[in-house]
Amino acid sequence: MRARAARLGLRTAALGYLFLLLAAPVGLIFFRTFEHGIGPAWDAVTTPEALHAFYLTFVMIAVSVPLNTIFGVTCALMLVRSRMRGKAIVNAFIDLPFAVSPVVIGLALILVYGNDGWFGGWLTEQGIQVIFSVPGMILATIFVSLPFVVREVVPVLREVGMEQEQAASTLGASGWQTFRRVTLPSIRWGLTYGIVLATARALGEFGAVSVVSGKLSGETETATLFVENRFHQFDLTGAYAASMVLALMALATLLTMNVLNRRRTT
Amino acid sequence: MAIAAENVSKQFEDFVALDQVSISVPEGSLTALLGPSGSGKSTLLRVIAGLEVPDAGRVMINGVDATAIRPQERGVGFVFQHYAAFKHMTVWNNIAFGLSIRKRSKQEISARVGELLELVHLEGFADRYPDQLSGGQRQRMALARALAVEPKVLLLDEPFGALDARVRKDLRVWLRRLHDEVHVTTIFVTHDQEEAMDVAEQIVVMNDGRVEQTGEPREIYEQPANEFVMSFIGPVNRLGDEFIRPHDFELRLEPNGSTEEAMIERIVHLGFEVRVEFSLRDGTQAWAQMTRAEADQLELHDGQIVFVRPDTSKVFTGDGTATDASDEAG
Repeated sequence: MRARAARLGLRTAALGYLFLLLAAPVGLIFFRTFEHGIGPAWDAVTTPEALHAFYLTFVMIAVSVPLNTIFGVTCALMLVRSRMRGKAIVNAFIDLPFAVSPVVIGLALILVYGNDGWFGGWLTEQGIQVIFSVPGMILATIFVSLPFVVREVVPVLREVGMEQEQAASTLGASGWQTFRRVTLPSIRWGLTYGIVLATARALGEFGAVSVVSGKLSGETETATLFVENRFHQFDLTGAYAASMVLALMALATLLTMNVLNRRRTT
Repeated sequence: MAIAAENVSKQFEDFVALDQVSISVPEGSLTALLGPSGSGKSTLLRVIAGLEVPDAGRVMINGVDATAIRPQERGVGFVFQHYAAFKHMTVWNNIAFGLSIRKRSKQEISARVGELLELVHLEGFADRYPDQLSGGQRQRMALARALAVEPKVLLLDEPFGALDARVRKDLRVWLRRLHDEVHVTTIFVTHDQEEAMDVAEQIVVMNDGRVEQTGEPREIYEQPANEFVMSFIGPVNRLGDEFIRPHDFELRLEPNGSTEEAMIERIVHLGFEVRVEFSLRDGTQAWAQMTRAEADQLELHDGQIVFVRPDTSKVFTGDGTATDASDEAG
């Protein structure tokens, strides 16, 4: 009897926690968005500013995810396969974006690329503005979503081992052929998972992008920044509606991952 | 010589894996590299394949210095202990891999893969994935994959090491027959002396990164070069300086002048053979091997006093030469 009560108690606590912290807030957003019907919500997310914000978020993902994928796979191969010195240091550096607050990352980027920063002055002379402009926001997004692919691919590479690659090389395959036909297919699930996580992170990034963006509505405003802007302007319908679109996009990303995961196990 | 390693040395940090090793393998032969784990046999095989770069020395393949040639161009087939099957490819695509890398025509690949599937008895398994095969089947697939590109040399790294005892024995016989059919120069690594004796024409015994002895199986067994080879290649008893194979003991019920008194401690029946464990008066433990008929004739039983004498034994002097100590008493 006591064991059963304890089990029931644990379950209630876990579910209550999930409900209060996750389900209730997200549910409320849905409720608030459609409080006055679908019309106002639809109008709020189809204004030119809103559309531009979603477009910019899409640009962030489209640039940062492929770059981080290429970097991530290269870096993972180096960490697992090479006998290079200083691997431990590289390994520790990769996790930096996880550990450092995004606001700090944003400020650091300003210190390097801002008008008074290391390259900032030179870049301005060349007519390139990084900070308070889209390039800076892309840099910030790349920075915060950098570790995902590396962290997902490294353990898979370790587990797969080197023998398949060595077998391919004794069969005459060049380095690139071995990578494309043996290594890449054997890490594909870890890689997919890493890409999905990096996409979700780029989609939701707020802090670092906010610091370097300058928040010019319709110019340097991503979807998350748009939500904050609407909220501060007391346009609650707009804020909720845009939040909901973001939540739906994140949900779609996670669902993709789940579907892929299920396919992996069968 | 089809393959030769000349004074090859290889060190991994503090560990000396190979210390000036030289071997030569005749064209078309089947040679075993035999030794305990850590003896350097696998490293030597990987150096020959080009998967490890030696610190010193060179590797000759068919008279050409191959030391600086990349594994892709050495023309070797390599089979790994844990198969190294391409898990995301079917059996067919695994075997076809080397040929498709070489951009052979579809008809040629198809004909060759079909031929190899037959050779390794996997005809019905072309569309399976490696994880749908048993260990023995996977290893035969790996062999077919290595043979597909018609290598000059076939290198097998403990090919049966991950398989259970019965499959091992079957595959041994099968490998022997395959070699008679295909005739490609083959080196295989094993730590199992019985496997080496069973399959190989030439055995290279290795220990501590050095070659202890090279020879035919019978030569290695009957004229071991030193203590290590003698005790690694088969069971052995040690009485003082003498090394005696268990089947070289003679047991009598009466002393004859050259025999020693011993007490039987245990008799173990192993089917056709019987193992008689005894101790000498000075407390030395030893065992003799005889047929069941011989044991029955002597009516041996536990606790019995018998008189033993080695038919033949070996004494190894410090400089590594062996002396036969047989028949000293006539």
